[in-house]
Amino acid sequence: MSEPIVRVRNVTKRFVRDGFEVIALDQVDLELYEGDFLALMGPSGSGKSTLLNLLAGIDRVTEGEVEVMGTQLTRMSESQLATWRNAHIGYIFQTFNLVPVLTAFENVELPLLLTKLSKAERRRNVETALDLVGLSDRMHHQPKQLSGGQEQRVAIARAIVTDPDLILADEPTGNLDARSGEEIMQILSTLNHELNKTIMLVTHDPHAASFAAEQRHLEKGVLTEVKEFAARQHVTV
Amino acid sequence: MALPLKYNIRNIVVRKGSTLATAFTIGLTVAVYLMVMALARGIDLTLSSSGDPLNMIVLREGSTAELNSSVTRENFNDLMYLDGVEREGDKPLATAELITLIYKPRKGMSQGSNVTVRGVGSMSFKLRSGFQTVAGRLFQPGMTEAVVSKRIAERFQGLDIGDRFRIQTTDYTVVGLFDSAGKAFESEIWVDSNSLQSTTKRDGYSSVLMRVKDQNALTALSKRITDDPKLHLKAVSERVFYEDQQGTASGALKALAVFISFIMAVGAGFAGMNTMYAAVARRTKEIGTLRVLGFSRFSILASFLLESVAIALIGAVIGILLALPLNFISTGTSNWVTFSEIAFNFRVTADLMLFALLFGGIIGLVGSLLPSIRASRFKIVDALRA
Repeated sequence: MSEPIVRVRNVTKRFVRDGFEVIALDQVDLELYEGDFLALMGPSGSGKSTLLNLLAGIDRVTEGEVEVMGTQLTRMSESQLATWRNAHIGYIFQTFNLVPVLTAFENVELPLLLTKLSKAERRRNVETALDLVGLSDRMHHQPKQLSGGQEQRVAIARAIVTDPDLILADEPTGNLDARSGEEIMQILSTLNHELNKTIMLVTHDPHAASFAAEQRHLEKGVLTEVKEFAARQHVTV
Repeated sequence: MALPLKYNIRNIVVRKGSTLATAFTIGLTVAVYLMVMALARGIDLTLSSSGDPLNMIVLREGSTAELNSSVTRENFNDLMYLDGVEREGDKPLATAELITLIYKPRKGMSQGSNVTVRGVGSMSFKLRSGFQTVAGRLFQPGMTEAVVSKRIAERFQGLDIGDRFRIQTTDYTVVGLFDSAGKAFESEIWVDSNSLQSTTKRDGYSSVLMRVKDQNALTALSKRITDDPKLHLKAVSERVFYEDQQGTASGALKALAVFISFIMAVGAGFAGMNTMYAAVARRTKEIGTLRVLGFSRFSILASFLLESVAIALIGAVIGILLALPLNFISTGTSNWVTFSEIAFNFRVTADLMLFALLFGGIIGLVGSLLPSIRASRFKIVDALRA
């Protein structure tokens, strides 16, 4: 078997809230391989988003090691992490987090501004990404002119435009109606099946989770069951 | 690579209300600075353009102004035949002048100021370029007549053609108005030197003005006169003489400009700081998102600083536009070297405007330093939760 893309070893994350120590993750181990699509489920406060943030290098472990694409994130500085994130991670937020003053095109172009691509290459990549999420005709709209579902599709285009090795999605359907949520999950599913993208999804929603190939549960910071899914049933080609 | 400029520009446009309020505060500061500096610059330009490079002025040793200087008739006779003095035909280009002050009320006010009265000889008109009668005629030698600079006639009571004014016990009649291309003596009244001598009962003069042949002659002559132990006189180039007055005359104004605008800048800086703190608070989540996308702390810092400087520069331009209409407005103040009125124009010059832009930019930069540093130091997870 090939090397895993993600290797989480014995990770514990503790923090202090209102004077009490909270254990967000308790000796978690996890491996993800190229092309995996994992849904991480669990109640609020179970540590799902914390684990996602550790993989994105936007939060630090208390103990243990996080290795993504062979890189030990625990040993990197803030600026090294920023550069690394730009190259390897695509992050999708629950609240879309588009920059309101920029158009859909400009939002998707943002992460490419940190690369060495020429203006023409950037344009080509942005157009391809927006085309992939079906928003070629909304390129020059500002976020406020788009529906929630469309905003999240722009956010997905922004997450995939750098062709990242790992896509991390934090409750991507949490702020959407059922139909838009379905569309978003279809897109993620297509990215996984057709482009072999490795995806880790955090969700409350069992329906959204059912699009993933594998489900795991976090309960009070402890990773529990593994549930294999026949996710391919949702794929529309 | 930093965040794109359009990101900042659009953020500025989106909150145009608070942007304009902040810009206006900075604009007022810049305008006040420019206005006071334009006054000082007006004085400087008037004085620095007043001296002719080949004119030499001779004063009593130790005198800083003509008013507290005296040169005797014998001195004048010795000086004008010295080697190196330019001649016209067989006449040396030299003149001895007598200075006195009269107190005149300003137009529309009960308060007044000292005005310089200069007793001049026929050579004075040749030595002072730019002198031109613009109304009436020149005074007749030996008569108690006067020509008044147009600017002084405009600013003081009872100095128009036909008016009479008193010097000590003698009445003089104004027979003409003159201007002199913005030079310092445009703040004076000119009368015949012999008449002024008898009016003031003085035998000598205040100063001697001579045209020298060239720069070398100027250096040699001034050294010779100043070093002569019998004369007790000093000779300097007329240009240096007026330039020396500049610092004293405009220095206080410049200090005032710096003082007032510093205090206002502190206020404007706080206004800028407030605006940027609000912007950072409103965009905290956005900052977290940009960091997740890979933008560094430094590019966030630079972006907010740039935005604030841009707002401040808009303010500086507003300030310049507010101050520009002052340009060429004529005014006057007391020259603290001669204790008399000096008339001049406000001069909002290009270098002052450039400095005003820089000043505005610095207010923006300093004011936004703390909020920008705060923006760049958010923990990403905390910022995303905002």
